[in-house]
Amino acid sequence: MSEQFETEWRKGTPDDYVVRTCAWSAPGCHPVGCGLKLHVVDGKLVDVEGDPDHPISQGRLCVRCLSLPEYIYHPDRIIYPMQRAKEDRGNPDAWKRISWDEALDYIEETTKRLQAEYGRETVVVFSGTGREATLYGVAMAYGVFRTPYHCMALSGQACYGPRSSVANFICGNIGYPEIDIAGNYPDRYDDPRYTLPEVVLVWGKDPLPSNPDGFFGHSIIDLMKRGTAMLMIDPRVTWLGSRCEKVLRIRPGTDAAIAMAMCNVIIEEELYDKDFVSRWVFGFDDFRARVAEMPPERAAEIAWCDADDIRYIARRFAGAHPASIAWGLAFDQQLAGGQAGHCVMALCAMTGNLDVPGGILCNASSVVTMNFLGKWRTATASNLEPGDLENRIGHEEFPVFTANMFSTQPDLILEDLENDGPVKFRMGVLQSSNLFTSTANVLPDRWYEAFKRFEFVLATDLFMNPTIQAAADMFLPVKTFVEQDAVVVPYYGSNLPYIGSINKAITVGECLDDIEINIAIGKRLNPEYWYYEDSKQFFDEQLREAFDLSLDEFKAMHIYHPPYTYKKYEKGMGRPDGYPGFNSPTGKIEFKSTLYKNWGYEPLPYYIECPYSPVPEAEYGQEVMEKYPLAMTTGARKYTSFHSEHRMIDSLRQIDPWPIVQVHPDDAAKYGVVDGGWATLENMFGRCNMKVQVTPTIHPGVVMAQHGWWFPEEDAAEPNLYGVWKSNVNVMLAHKLNNPMGYGSIHKNMCCSIRPASSLDEGLAGNVEPALHAQAMEANAGTEAFLAQRPDQHHAE
Amino acid sequence: MTHALLVNYQYCSGCHSCEIACRNAHGYPLTQWGIKLEEVAPFELDDGSFEWIYEPIPTKLCDLCADRTARGEDPACVHNCLAFCLEYGTLEEMTKRAEELGSRVSIVLP
Repeated sequence: MSEQFETEWRKGTPDDYVVRTCAWSAPGCHPVGCGLKLHVVDGKLVDVEGDPDHPISQGRLCVRCLSLPEYIYHPDRIIYPMQRAKEDRGNPDAWKRISWDEALDYIEETTKRLQAEYGRETVVVFSGTGREATLYGVAMAYGVFRTPYHCMALSGQACYGPRSSVANFICGNIGYPEIDIAGNYPDRYDDPRYTLPEVVLVWGKDPLPSNPDGFFGHSIIDLMKRGTAMLMIDPRVTWLGSRCEKVLRIRPGTDAAIAMAMCNVIIEEELYDKDFVSRWVFGFDDFRARVAEMPPERAAEIAWCDADDIRYIARRFAGAHPASIAWGLAFDQQLAGGQAGHCVMALCAMTGNLDVPGGILCNASSVVTMNFLGKWRTATASNLEPGDLENRIGHEEFPVFTANMFSTQPDLILEDLENDGPVKFRMGVLQSSNLFTSTANVLPDRWYEAFKRFEFVLATDLFMNPTIQAAADMFLPVKTFVEQDAVVVPYYGSNLPYIGSINKAITVGECLDDIEINIAIGKRLNPEYWYYEDSKQFFDEQLREAFDLSLDEFKAMHIYHPPYTYKKYEKGMGRPDGYPGFNSPTGKIEFKSTLYKNWGYEPLPYYIECPYSPVPEAEYGQEVMEKYPLAMTTGARKYTSFHSEHRMIDSLRQIDPWPIVQVHPDDAAKYGVVDGGWATLENMFGRCNMKVQVTPTIHPGVVMAQHGWWFPEEDAAEPNLYGVWKSNVNVMLAHKLNNPMGYGSIHKNMCCSIRPASSLDEGLAGNVEPALHAQAMEANAGTEAFLAQRPDQHHAE
Repeated sequence: MTHALLVNYQYCSGCHSCEIACRNAHGYPLTQWGIKLEEVAPFELDDGSFEWIYEPIPTKLCDLCADRTARGEDPACVHNCLAFCLEYGTLEEMTKRAEELGSRVSIVLP
């Protein structure tokens, strides 16, 4: 019996066994796929520890996985489907348990009724970030509901997508560029194909707590122990910053100015790889002329830093071989972030660090591994009618975004909901998304009001949260990864050093995973496409198609490293036609972008000031400096939560109990706030309360306010909704302040005042309060005025 | 033979994994810690760099995971440490290791 029970990945007896698995979600995380050993006794998970044989995490594990037993068996976890009437939204007592059959019957009947009346496009699927939903949400929209509307309700989809897009526009579909940590090799850093980077520049990123996109953050520590020198550009000296050779501490949102100045230094001092530039770069002379307009002194003035420090970082980076840049979320969340990213690609290219060992990995589209499951999700567009995607909301205002993104431009979805047209959205799906709390900037209270438009809102998640409590009518329970047989796909498939096997250890309630939910609903609405018996059959088919592996073969391998080749551009592996070069219009890295020019946008990088920056050059700078003199950034991460998740997990909440705003000691003294005390942050859009952490690590004149806070211990009912508006920094962010193509946001680019408060609750009703809402809408008119005549709106000549 | 923990605090990133791993191994309640992370909060030095130290301190409740080490495993805190900054061995081995590392190291006998 016990011998039959044992497998490559499960050892023990039916009553007491250990499962070896890789992590993804839930709980929320990026698809890093850290290795775990799960100890199960009598069907219950009793202990978790890191898997020392996992090539990437090597036995290490963060607190979010270590607290899995607490998360999985938490009394508040919802493990059966539930429903309540539409008129009971906001009432936590109205939920009633239902069966899956009842749930699926209702979803089928309601979807068919609403789509018959308003068209297939009446359904919009909102997916949260990081979780498996990120990968399977598009498939749910296109394949299950056959609607072209998938949305990540974050202004300008300002997370990962903008960076990936810039890289692919400039370099020609190279996938997501990431620093090389030897993740392609089972023996890692010791593999002879690998070279240790001499220098890594960490820029606008805190990879240790965030494990961004598919990157195991503490790999940085591995590199440092082996001798890599670290540089950092950030508004804060993070803990990692304190271990860096040099930190360039800047005003948040000014990275494009810094990046242009670095390019300027490297070009003017002839520190670049002339051979690479002559063979593989297009538009170098025009680029050189453009960045010449940004000498270090000018960038230093813009960014509140020292010009010689910019020179130091530029020279040190250019002088090291190989060198790499870890670029972060900050590039997606500032007004000129796309331009900063353009320069980062140029910095990596002109120093000869693209697609070399220890440099920047590029997973070109011609390689069979590109977009393994990512390709599958977008292939589900075959369920739509011709023109569905092309004619989505946004095809006129943001044609580049609409043509290149599988999700719809989120700011425009909000406006459509508010205007009830042109699309008549009547059904929303909250797929692992707590958007009022964490992402739905901008002005989450506008989203809150807009959601009342929906006749039916379906939610899939593990815990109740403010968004679902306020807006949803049905709750479908989702599995943790501990309960799944699945595959973890780093970078959602657009950079694939490995894939990992997720192996089921336990069963909890009647939960399903995202693929199983797609199959269950898909069988009702689109059965020809969702013929899979179960998720195992689904993954077996995908693995056979991409890698000629069965699911069982893959599970026996546990981790599979697809083959990787460096310098693909020299070998005809960077383009689908097999010619050498990059897959861009000119076949080269386009320092001057042909695509931007053809689309009517400025083809060279530039710096633009956010209108809400507290500097005289900003459109509203004078008023801002008077009323809201601090530069405000948000989005920094902690080990103890994934965005708005984990607030109810006691052992993690004990470590980080309250929302924090970091303030420099000079500013704390100036504005009368004290370490550990409450403070009110306010700007023209709204206000929120947080606890003050006074720290010299943050740039003077800058505050960092955490995001994603709600309080599960508070009253769940409307209007309190677990206190979701009390510390919600997203109410202070401008709407639709994207780049001219519709990408990116201004999370790092805002302003605020700060004053002492007596408590979490003092003076707050959130922007739902009419007077505050009116003030926010008046401020929004200012954004619209700025956008109507924005200096970078001009088309290329 | 005396056994010890070594903390290479140059690399302790303050992730708290040791605390939760310890709770998992021993079942301590939220009011107790077998090992607890402490901090020398960041301060600026004259050259503009920052000193900032995290260091986990084993408490009276730490038995160096006697059950685990008897099975030949590392203590739970060492096993799961994200920065690989914790090591376990005999005092003699840890002293030798500290000499190799050279600086910013503590050896702890709980």
